[in-house]
Amino acid sequence: MAIVNTNHKACTVNPLKMSQPIGAALAFMGLNNCMPTLHGSQGCTSFGLVLFVRHFREMIPMQTTAMNEVNTILGGMENIEQAIVNIWERTKPAVIGLASTGLTETKGDDVNAYIKLIRAKHPELADTAIVYASTPDYVGAFQDGWSKAAVCIIQETAEPCQVKQVNRVNVLPGSHLTPADIDEIREIIESFGLFAVFIPDISGSLDGHIPEDFTPTTLGGTTVLELRTMGAARATIAIGEQMHAAAIELEMKTGVPYTMFDRLTGLDANDNFVQFLSKLSGKPVALKYRRQRSQLQDAMLDAHFYTGGKKIAIGAEPDLLWSLGSFLSEMGCELAAVVTTTQSPLLEKMPAEEVLIGDLEDLEMRAKDCDLLITHSHGRQMAERLHIPFLRFGIPTFDRLGAAHKLTVGYRGTKELAFELANTFLAEDHEATPDSWRETFQEINTEVASEAQTTCASNGSCSSCN
Amino acid sequence: MASLNEKVQDVFNEPACDKNQAKGEKERKKGCTKQLTPGAAAGGCAFDGAKIALQPITDVAHLVHGPIACEGNGWDNRGAKSSDSKLYRTGFTTDISELDVIYGGEKRLYKSIREVLEKYNPPAVFVYQTCVTALIGDDIEAVCKAATTKFGKPIIPINAPGFVGAKNLGNKLAGEALLEYVIGTEEPELTTPYDINIIGEYNLAGELWQIKPLLDELGIRILACISGDAKYKEVAYSHRAKAAMMVCSKAMINVARKMEERYNIPFFEGSFYGITDTSESLRQISKLLVQQGAAEDLLSRTEKLIFREETRAWEGINRYRAKLQGKKVLLITGGVKSWSVVSALQEGGMEIVGTSVKKSTDEDKDKIKELMGEDAHMFDDMRPRDMYAMLKECRADIMLSGGRSQFVALKVKMPWLDINQERHHAYAGYVGMVELVKQIEQALYHPVWAQVRKPAPWETEVSEVSEAKAA
Repeated sequence: MAIVNTNHKACTVNPLKMSQPIGAALAFMGLNNCMPTLHGSQGCTSFGLVLFVRHFREMIPMQTTAMNEVNTILGGMENIEQAIVNIWERTKPAVIGLASTGLTETKGDDVNAYIKLIRAKHPELADTAIVYASTPDYVGAFQDGWSKAAVCIIQETAEPCQVKQVNRVNVLPGSHLTPADIDEIREIIESFGLFAVFIPDISGSLDGHIPEDFTPTTLGGTTVLELRTMGAARATIAIGEQMHAAAIELEMKTGVPYTMFDRLTGLDANDNFVQFLSKLSGKPVALKYRRQRSQLQDAMLDAHFYTGGKKIAIGAEPDLLWSLGSFLSEMGCELAAVVTTTQSPLLEKMPAEEVLIGDLEDLEMRAKDCDLLITHSHGRQMAERLHIPFLRFGIPTFDRLGAAHKLTVGYRGTKELAFELANTFLAEDHEATPDSWRETFQEINTEVASEAQTTCASNGSCSSCN
Repeated sequence: MASLNEKVQDVFNEPACDKNQAKGEKERKKGCTKQLTPGAAAGGCAFDGAKIALQPITDVAHLVHGPIACEGNGWDNRGAKSSDSKLYRTGFTTDISELDVIYGGEKRLYKSIREVLEKYNPPAVFVYQTCVTALIGDDIEAVCKAATTKFGKPIIPINAPGFVGAKNLGNKLAGEALLEYVIGTEEPELTTPYDINIIGEYNLAGELWQIKPLLDELGIRILACISGDAKYKEVAYSHRAKAAMMVCSKAMINVARKMEERYNIPFFEGSFYGITDTSESLRQISKLLVQQGAAEDLLSRTEKLIFREETRAWEGINRYRAKLQGKKVLLITGGVKSWSVVSALQEGGMEIVGTSVKKSTDEDKDKIKELMGEDAHMFDDMRPRDMYAMLKECRADIMLSGGRSQFVALKVKMPWLDINQERHHAYAGYVGMVELVKQIEQALYHPVWAQVRKPAPWETEVSEVSEAKAA
């Protein structure tokens, strides 16, 4: 259980957080033949585009309504109309995913109304789905944008289905899952004779494959047909607390019941997931996964020598933080410095004393005595200054390859993670010298002295509380 | 104080820009960037441009006043290198909330400035305006003025919110801010007749350091580079230079021109890309310095250095020439920069089969024709789809472009080289050009191409079956 605090600085230093619109844009990138478009100035799109290109090392389709000073004040209807028509003429997408920005939200553009008017004026757009998510930059963070886009995708496309597909499940993955994670989850579900439709599905579009031809829109992901038939599934699985709202929305619209999984990293978490699938399908757990479970147990045993008692500094968005943080704690690590970007019901459940909604400067100040730093690539400067090992997790990871293929879910992914953690500590292992223990004795002496002081201080504060 | 609108008009009316002067009164008012098409636009905003131009000043705290998007989505992502302070790589932003949007963000900005000064003690803070805070009417100029008085350190407003225009306008507005608030506010400890400014060089991948040894050898001192690897005080006393070189085409032409007007610092437009261009730039620097009172022998010393370096560079390039002869290059860059690269590639024996001229004027195009011959393929706005087709049909052997279009090349399994902002290799001066040619050779002859282009065995053996199916 943790106390959740927000920093009280005026100035954010070394941001951990990214903004909602690009979170929404990434969700739209998980739809097939889609053009994610930000309703804002061209820079809003440009920054997001560069970020995703550097993270995924893929071509990123992303457009802008190119708002300037004058049409921001007069209202962006004309720009949205032109943008939609131009995109439609140039790329013929199946879906246009629109997300607002701080600029147009400050003005207060009523985009839903605009879209109605534009549809009335342009019957040629009838076959193109237009999904709009309201995502001001100055509220929430990246994962909130993703979550809102997922809700809007469902609102726009889901409908009740009379005909059911007995083996079909909908899966709503959070933004913390990589294309590799999604592929792994799909494989696990399929092993029970079920088939899974992910909404959205960035494993189709951003997994780094080489297509046969050039596509100006997304080249893979959930199709519009799959979206329209979400109501035919027998169950919905939501992964990550951020997908809770989308799961409720889907159940309300289509009647398909949902089950939440707050994470799929860790032995217990996966046991629950696999057991659920077994019950849902009425099939026994495949030999492959029984074997993988046993491998994970073995890996955890091998790794626990090195992970136990280690102090971790971690900065991540709530759902990623929950997945990694919970497993770290299960491996005996202490979450000594924990910083995140936005509110979530999971934060107070974190196995840490404090979770701070803050920035990387806050994390750096708390990370001084830690053995390992975990955050996205922007932690690189801090890791250098602190001289502690650094594992990159989350978006953006721009200074290492393979971000899309990083696997941390399932028995297999958890096993990989256990090894990665243990290996990082192993690499830091120092050979003993004649003076190693001499230093330890000195440290113990000073520690005992300082501990005596802190005990006094905490006792004092306790009694004053009472 | 001039309003932002007046300032924008002012930079659009640039007397030193021959292109601008060739336009009519009405056309000039529209500025030098084309009107953006919603749904078919690319590139950064004015804020992005201002940040690119100023962030290389290394010891300054760059504070972005706006919602998290403007700094959070793109901080620490450029390759400008520093020889000293790393403060410019720290991301500072007011990260305004919904309440700030309603009640105004000026107080938060003021407090932020204080926090930055207390914690990081920089010689100056640059405060960047963004769209949202401009729209709600936060007066950053007033806040900066109050903070300067209160804290006794220069707090500089950079008024270039994203929605006023494109990147290139932002570069110029950043220049205006330097002219208004920074340049001429401090004095150097000593001056020499060999002091120059280099304007519009950002020291990407450390390119300035490929040139600096040459200037050091000639006894020429870079008084200030605006803004690559610069310190605040260097920019502040840059008005004492004897001559200036303006690089990166027209991005900061207003700074060069106004410094000539105000402080009598003559400038020329030059480039350090390509052997001939580098030599020509060195000659121009020496000529201007001698004209301004430096000893005449500088000219002959420069010639000697040029002769020695050119010989060495040619030897370096010749080693690759045989393997590069006749290779076809597709060059997609921001426009004017193309010239200097074009001649460099031709020096290596390569043929340019196409170049983008999106940002170039008719005059630029004439110059490209002169370099590449009458049948030069110039593309106004080459769509990724067209680049893809061109590479797929093997009308080019390699593409040189910025990072965003690299996957167009890689997905058709064609070599690609980064020649834009985010590149990791430095290509300036004589050593840089040899490096570029070496990188091209390495890319073209990399063993990976043969492997990835080979189809899977089952594809070739059953190809007839699958084709029949497809038909």
